[in-house]
Amino acid sequence: MVETLVEPDAAAPVLDVRDLSLRFRGFDRDLLSGLRYSVRSGETLCIVGESGCGKSVASLALMGLLPPTAVEIGAADVRFCGEPLDLGDQARLRSLRGASMAMIFQEPMTSLNPAFRIGDQIAEAVMAHSGATPAEARERAVAMLRKVGIPAPEERLNEYPHQLSGGMRQRVMIAMALVNDPALLIADEPTTALDVTIQAQILDLIRDLQAETGMATIMITHDLGVVAEIATDVAVMYAGTIVEAGPVERIFNDPQHPYTIGLMSSVPRLSGPRQRLTTVPGTVPTPQTMPDGCRFSTRCPFARPVCATDPPEREFGAGHRALCHFAPLETMLERSA
Amino acid sequence: MSEVILEATGLTRHFKVGGTMFRRPDTLRAVEDVSLSVRRGETLAIVGESGCGKSTLARMLMRLIDPTAGEMSFEGRRIEGLRGAELSALRRDMQFIFQDPFSSLNPRMSVGRIVGEPIETHAPDLSAKDRRAKVAELLEQVGLRPEHADRYPHEFSGGQRQRIGIARALASGPKLIIGDEPVSALDVSVQAQVINLLADLRDDLGLTLVIIAHDLAVIRHMSDRVAVMYLGGVVEEGPCDAIFAAPRHPYTMALLSAIPEAEHGLERTQIELVGEMPSPIDPPPGCRFHTRCPFARERCETEVPALREAGDGHRAACHFFEEIAAETPAVVARGGAARPAAAAERFALYADALAGREVRPRAGPD
Repeated sequence: MVETLVEPDAAAPVLDVRDLSLRFRGFDRDLLSGLRYSVRSGETLCIVGESGCGKSVASLALMGLLPPTAVEIGAADVRFCGEPLDLGDQARLRSLRGASMAMIFQEPMTSLNPAFRIGDQIAEAVMAHSGATPAEARERAVAMLRKVGIPAPEERLNEYPHQLSGGMRQRVMIAMALVNDPALLIADEPTTALDVTIQAQILDLIRDLQAETGMATIMITHDLGVVAEIATDVAVMYAGTIVEAGPVERIFNDPQHPYTIGLMSSVPRLSGPRQRLTTVPGTVPTPQTMPDGCRFSTRCPFARPVCATDPPEREFGAGHRALCHFAPLETMLERSA
Repeated sequence: MSEVILEATGLTRHFKVGGTMFRRPDTLRAVEDVSLSVRRGETLAIVGESGCGKSTLARMLMRLIDPTAGEMSFEGRRIEGLRGAELSALRRDMQFIFQDPFSSLNPRMSVGRIVGEPIETHAPDLSAKDRRAKVAELLEQVGLRPEHADRYPHEFSGGQRQRIGIARALASGPKLIIGDEPVSALDVSVQAQVINLLADLRDDLGLTLVIIAHDLAVIRHMSDRVAVMYLGGVVEEGPCDAIFAAPRHPYTMALLSAIPEAEHGLERTQIELVGEMPSPIDPPPGCRFHTRCPFARERCETEVPALREAGDGHRAACHFFEEIAAETPAVVARGGAARPAAAAERFALYADALAGREVRPRAGPD
């Protein structure tokens, strides 16, 4: 296989996605609708949302990991390292995957092959994308395992995934993903299955490796705490759309979309008054019950008839945008006397 | 304070693991000498990471497994050896909510039957009509609609299924409910709904709750008292506010400091733990936490620390907690950037609209 690494241009985003829409074949509604986001070298974009909002599907589509027989991808304009990327071009995606674009998943036990030694699995990733000999690949695997903080890597190399703890397995996954120096790392809930003390270790590790290699990272998570910890930019997804996006400090300190506000109010906190939690009422609509216009309108306490039409995208400076008819809420709305 | 409803003394559970014809099995010390008391009307939270023994403890309290040693009493009555009809009678007063709302409901039973079954068991004299009325009442109590009784579990979302599980637990009219991670499988917005529901039910029905969880922030919003477990033992116990404001055991401090808070720009003092929890098959001697404790000294390697008084009803199992507390800054992060007034007003509008107050567009027709 020929190396297809592209030299990243420092100013241009590593990944620039515009108007990504996707539907399952046989459905007449888009599952993902008009997604737009980009991430630069050394930055971390967190895509945050609840189960079923489409945050994982969006990344699987980018990596070409969705079966083409099951989904139709709209005319998306995607640029990777400055070059257009056709999401239908399976051969090209295959050569990028694991080389300049890598992914780690939530459950390391199901993403590692239980029948192979971890050293062989990492070495395979090296050999698949370069002309390295088995001995060189093995050396690279040892170096990588050491880098992700696995003690005695020369011995661990010969162990099987079941012999490792959850935290160690996730470190192995990270070693495997980063062994070819990717320009972009997509991490799908990498710490959700781990305990908090181990989660803190893994987040530190990802941050350190990113500072060292300058890779761009897309972190998919449902945990706003993790977002506050690691993000430079945030995209809040709800029911297949990005309802709000912007720099992390804007999203936390100055959220505009009612869903973002509801989500932030629902999070139990470690400090501050122990009061009753504010909630987001109801549940996420299914593709069959998806409302027209604003997809959050069925749960929004501010919803009005106008919300059945597509909400406008409003800009608040510094790349902060939200999809809502009534943003900013404090000037558009008032309490009745 | 009111009377003790559930009490456990020296509760221990060992499991035999491995072992062949030629080799003795190892002993896994899942829970070692745990003593707890739960007072009527309060919520006790048992918190810890995976493998600390909290679920084994919960299953012993539920009488789903028997303890290897120790005593348990419910309303002053010994319960660890109960069998048959007596155990069944105990189950009327003590019910459970499970973590996974997908696997804890029988997919082949309608919601009406799931919720109605405990009524049938514990009140066999009730007519079918009365039972149906009772099921409808229970479903309304947990925020579902009576007509949901004819549907099947797969037709509901995770949060709604957890509500069904709660309705089933309430059906026998229990005094105590034990929940093993009742909200950890749910999304944030739905989790908040279920936390509020449990708080309302506790207040309305005068229930006592024992909640097992790993998420300290959830615990803080649900409980009156907290017990922190590490490797089979309770390392700290006390009133919720005291534990969060002034944790005494280094493990509790580390646990609190590791939780990422959903706020931007917080200053944190992180107490980093190296390595992972040792195996309960071969726990370290002395203080179980000493292999990972950043404050460990020689004495910790040999001498097992007992739970000692650290304030009003607050106890910690550490030889040196006074010294450690004196030299460690507060671990719960404070002082994030305040939200600007406009954003604060947005949050206030959201809360008002949710509470039913009318919020309308300022100008022009809708």
